[in-house]
Amino acid sequence: MSDVRVDDSRSDRYPLRRREVVAALLADTEELLIVTGLGAPSWDAAAAGDRDRTFPLWGAMGGAVSMGLGLALARPQDRVLVLTGDGELLMGLGSLSTVGSQQPANLAVVVLDNERYGETGGQRTHTARHTDLAAVAAACGWPSTWTVSEQTAADELPARLWSERGPRLAVVKIAAANEPLVMPPRDGTWLKERFRRALQVAPHS
Amino acid sequence: MQGETAKGRQGNQKRGDMTAQWVPEVFQTLLDNGIGQVAYVPDAGLAALIEMAQAEPRVTAVALSSEQEGVALLAGAWLGGQRGALLMQSSGVGNCINLLSLTQTCRFPLLMVVTMRGQWGEANPWQVPMGSTAKAVLEQAGLVVFEVAEADRVAETVAAAATMVFNGPRAAAVLISQRIVGAKTFTAAATVTGQPR
Repeated sequence: MSDVRVDDSRSDRYPLRRREVVAALLADTEELLIVTGLGAPSWDAAAAGDRDRTFPLWGAMGGAVSMGLGLALARPQDRVLVLTGDGELLMGLGSLSTVGSQQPANLAVVVLDNERYGETGGQRTHTARHTDLAAVAAACGWPSTWTVSEQTAADELPARLWSERGPRLAVVKIAAANEPLVMPPRDGTWLKERFRRALQVAPHS
Repeated sequence: MQGETAKGRQGNQKRGDMTAQWVPEVFQTLLDNGIGQVAYVPDAGLAALIEMAQAEPRVTAVALSSEQEGVALLAGAWLGGQRGALLMQSSGVGNCINLLSLTQTCRFPLLMVVTMRGQWGEANPWQVPMGSTAKAVLEQAGLVVFEVAEADRVAETVAAAATMVFNGPRAAAVLISQRIVGAKTFTAAATVTGQPR
């Protein structure tokens, strides 16, 4: 029997702040193709500056990594970043296995892990107890996975993300506190066409 | 078997018959429509089609853990300028429902090819709930649904659906009848436990 006692409120005391991590991650990355998972990761990316090559999800929970995979396979010449949360990823945990089979070298996933469902009242996710998302990805065959929990490692994250062999997944342990809402546009058809126009994709293709 | 017409085999063929003529016809139709990603959760009725996708250098075949991944995967592919098709058996339709909100809200194209179970000669009662509701569920979710029950009409039906999907863009599903793909046979030698024989 394992010891199931755990401090599931520990993320209240995590030092890293999500907005600062994301702002540093997205600085000087104008060419990056970005998919953000629903909820706070979409707000964080918007706070760092809404842009044409970001597709923010407002729903489709559990689909962010799969969407990033489809994009990465379609655009092997481009770098694709999926920025999502622990609750969103837990709903699509099987997608880590699918990525492990495909091994897209141009895909990175950053999980902003506050161990909470931040949009619904801060209820604990499984990462508040025993689930280690970096270990799950590693077990699915991702070549590079790691967890960031303090400032020095956070400072190294933007460079390390693309120097490690892909696909790579970094879990960033962030404080549970919610930040002020900064929302991207929410018309899905407009967001989709904006993204495709930025890539100069022709209609119907 | 090879000399028989497809029609002659309907209703009594074994699921996963690798000689079925509709399979290469459908695969060619996918290529003709510029499909670059073929995502799937396997079904015996799709086995030959999946093998063709895996062998084709112009196609990336993506095995999924769950069908819902395919809906998001192909939306991502379209963002990047690539077309895809999503293959599954009817039980997978239920796994897709919430992710279809992505397709509908953003008007992503989605071409689904669904082989039916729980429909014609099904020996597993657990397949019947999704087999009997897949069409209604997909229509409720906003997809255009094409049903095909004749082997020599599968490819033209997929072509018709693809035209609608990629010129829309919109979402459509082709449901391939169990009369075409056959019923799964459970062997007589199978052990049935816990009940009087």
